[in-house]
Amino acid sequence: MTTPVRAVVHVFLKAGVLDVQGKAVENALHGLGWAGVSGVRVGRVIEFDIAAENPFEAETAVKAICEKLLANPVIEGYRVEVAP
Amino acid sequence: MKAAVVVFPGSNCDRDCKVALERTTAAKVEMVWHQETSLPAALDLIVLPGGFAFGDYLRCGAMAALSPVMAEVRAAAARGVAVAGICNGFQVLCEAQMLPGALLRNADLKYVCRNVDLEVVNQQTRFTAAFAGRREARMTVGNGEGAYFADEETLDELEGEGRVVFRYRDNPNGSARAIAGIVDETGNVLGIMPHPDRAFEAELGSADGALLFQSILASA
Repeated sequence: MTTPVRAVVHVFLKAGVLDVQGKAVENALHGLGWAGVSGVRVGRVIEFDIAAENPFEAETAVKAICEKLLANPVIEGYRVEVAP
Repeated sequence: MKAAVVVFPGSNCDRDCKVALERTTAAKVEMVWHQETSLPAALDLIVLPGGFAFGDYLRCGAMAALSPVMAEVRAAAARGVAVAGICNGFQVLCEAQMLPGALLRNADLKYVCRNVDLEVVNQQTRFTAAFAGRREARMTVGNGEGAYFADEETLDELEGEGRVVFRYRDNPNGSARAIAGIVDETGNVLGIMPHPDRAFEAELGSADGALLFQSILASA
């Protein structure tokens, strides 16, 4: 029986791809006095329900979705969380 | 010459491209909605125009690259039909993996809209032959996500194979190696960030874009 599983996908630019938004946010934080902040990355979170037999099957499907549309493997990496 | 301009929801340079092609090459130009599953017969050129297809949601060109018509565009390119992606069209071709690399947010986070001077790096392509020895071209850019990116290996390959076609004289957006336009390995598919469709007659500030369209006409 298939039950909906909640998927949460985090997409970030790969290391080595300049994240200009992250850089701008980091500069703003330095301007506010948080001198100790470094390595800011700005990404996106995408959540959705997906019908699957089990969490493992859901994760496999979500990864395929990431490769096909949600992330561009040329510039982005992604992390998947699935919760029943 | 017979050309098609693909129209995505959010395209906004589609009619500019039609007018530019008609005036510079006397081409018969058909507008093709992105949901089409076939293209007009006997095409010489397909243009993917500038704009904000699907609102630039998720990533510029990401949804447009999956539009039904793109399977036909890919097949046409494989048959030898010239395909030119301008600005947003370049982003679509990268997302469709018909061209290598990707277009990132501009290095200074600003939308840049102005005339730029370009070097015509390779004049032996079907998109540049009419430049006939001219190494300079002036066109207009209008982009917020125009910074060309590819890994070093890919950039070396592009340069080594003469596939960097246009380069910025004064890089306006942080593009890797100041790349403004590239072709695929077959030479049939061009991606260019500046707009030849906004620079095709002197009244627009430059007529250099006409040379690009006339090159395609000559190769058709």
